[in-house]
Amino acid sequence: MSAAPHLPDNTIEAPGTRAPLILGDNDFASVTEKVCGIVERRQLPRAWYVVFAVSCSLTALLVAVVGYLFLAGIGVWGLNIPVGWGFDITTFVFWVGIGHAGTLISAILFLFRQKWRTGINRFAEAMTIFAVMCAGMFPAIHTGRPWFDYWLFPYPNQMYVWPNFRSPLLWDVFAVSTYFTVSLMFWYTGMIPDLATLRDRATTRVRKIAYGLLSLGWRGSGRHWHRYERVYLMLAALATPLVLSVHSVVSFDFAVAQLPGWHSTIFPPYFVAGAIFSGFAMVITLIVPVRSLFGLQEMITARHLDNMAKITLATGLMVAYSYGVEFFMAWYSGNPFERFALANRALGPYAWAFWIMMACNVAAPQAFWFKRVRTTPWMLVGVSILVNIGMWFERFVIIVSSLSRGYLPSSWGYYKPTWVELCTLAGSFGLFMTLFLLFLRFGPMMAMAEVKSVMPAAGLDRGPHHGHGQYWGEIPHQHDRQEGDARP
Amino acid sequence: MSEPHAETTGATAKRWGYLAEFDSVGALLAAVEKVRDAGFVKFDAFAPFPIHGLDESMGIRTSRLPLVVLGGGITGACAGLALQWWMNAFDYRYIISGKPFFGLPVAIPITFELTILLAAIGAFVGLMIANRLPELYHPVFQSARFRARATTDGFFISVQADDPRFDPAGTRSFLVDAGARRVEELEEE
Repeated sequence: MSAAPHLPDNTIEAPGTRAPLILGDNDFASVTEKVCGIVERRQLPRAWYVVFAVSCSLTALLVAVVGYLFLAGIGVWGLNIPVGWGFDITTFVFWVGIGHAGTLISAILFLFRQKWRTGINRFAEAMTIFAVMCAGMFPAIHTGRPWFDYWLFPYPNQMYVWPNFRSPLLWDVFAVSTYFTVSLMFWYTGMIPDLATLRDRATTRVRKIAYGLLSLGWRGSGRHWHRYERVYLMLAALATPLVLSVHSVVSFDFAVAQLPGWHSTIFPPYFVAGAIFSGFAMVITLIVPVRSLFGLQEMITARHLDNMAKITLATGLMVAYSYGVEFFMAWYSGNPFERFALANRALGPYAWAFWIMMACNVAAPQAFWFKRVRTTPWMLVGVSILVNIGMWFERFVIIVSSLSRGYLPSSWGYYKPTWVELCTLAGSFGLFMTLFLLFLRFGPMMAMAEVKSVMPAAGLDRGPHHGHGQYWGEIPHQHDRQEGDARP
Repeated sequence: MSEPHAETTGATAKRWGYLAEFDSVGALLAAVEKVRDAGFVKFDAFAPFPIHGLDESMGIRTSRLPLVVLGGGITGACAGLALQWWMNAFDYRYIISGKPFFGLPVAIPITFELTILLAAIGAFVGLMIANRLPELYHPVFQSARFRARATTDGFFISVQADDPRFDPAGTRSFLVDAGARRVEELEEE
């Protein structure tokens, strides 16, 4: 099931020409037709219903176990001293990390003018939003008395106290909520023109009203587009440092503490690289089945998958390097506690988790050196799922192995999750998938306006140009620059 | 086309303007430059995707939204620093982990986040206000062609009747000469 056989291979690098990003016989209308068709069809592929049923069941399970947690208290989890953070924070960091690939694709690749992002950015941004929602849930429910969570925010109160801004845990509150808000605005801004397309095609009253309200009356005015593009660029420029800061702040939860194995200056870049690594793996895991389920191979081409696999490999190597540096620094520092913490990580009671992490995060992505793996969908998904597992275990290893054996051997312990925690983890996947499948059903899952702007017909009858609306594909008469064409 | 304003509006009080449809990006850009050069001000171009160079062809002044974003960012940075200093070092001082009441390095993460947050809100809200959205009704939506194609593959130019250079017959033929495939008349409200 590799790139459908009738499609040309656009993964080949030919110097001097640009590989096409939209294959097949497509024009503007057919792009609209294909993307909107997914939302407008009455019946979806059966697989959608099956996965949706499973996801909804898991979401119901999540509601049940979180309800039980609220009623019975935090003791239903396996947490205790010394291990006060377990599945909750592991899964929180995991989901925040997943979100990072969406912002990388939508903001950083936009700033770098990577036009191939247009096929996948909407999809990845939706993933970001839903992943951050799942992530935000965990710190909220792990506080013990979640009905007092609003105490985290600095609001004037009858107790006359303010939150402690010197704690990285409070930085987290600001970082994650800012990240969610900005991602949501960025996602929605990008989606307005496509919602307008859905509005214009709507046939039922409910759709007309819903998409009509959501698209805010967008009409594609040139004056609007002008401001829209400026704002989109600025949001991308704001989201880029933001995404790097969010996982840095998350890593401060650990790095600012004095626990051996946590107190390390490499944590911020190491966490950011890991986040992008896991996020891209998640995008691949989701996009490969979706593109074949909905027949989007012409717009999410083999080249897109190839590029994503390359980024996964690159960030995977950064993660592997960070693992190496952690061990080197532990040895080189001469600090006996650091040395012990790292040796304990690889050889202690949680060695099994450590070696799962090494196998999945360091060994598995090396398969992406081979083009055959990068262009064969089932192999891509296989490696990506391993990476996702590995990245979850990475956080587990960092958190639990360090906590379980701190400075004082008399208070060492071994943490085991209870069934409630396992169900909560599974339930968070259910929530994520439920939201994601609903988005596929009701939202424009590809940025149609952006895809159109990189099609040859968006600029074929004009001279060469290098700006935002620059198109990809064969450019006839590349060097016949028209006299008097003042456009850069 | 150069007829005085009063003459045209008297007879066509209900007319909002003309909506001309074009076949391609190139035709739209060529036509919009002619409309601009003819001295029209109350005109607009419509496209399903952002077209590079359309703003120059329309003669739009560069948006001042970046200043709003800058303002939002500066406000966020100042507010972030002031908030943390006032709350932890002035209004309610307490010692925790032997840390100083206020330290710049420790204050940076939240200051940074608030800078980004307010700048982004400035960008988004500024965009909505500058574009006057939401605006659920607009005269161009009267056109069935517009509704069917403007967000898919149609390219349009509208010229409003209250433009000083507007003249019912002249502007119509001017648009046709500029390459319009068809010109529709739209009514006020």
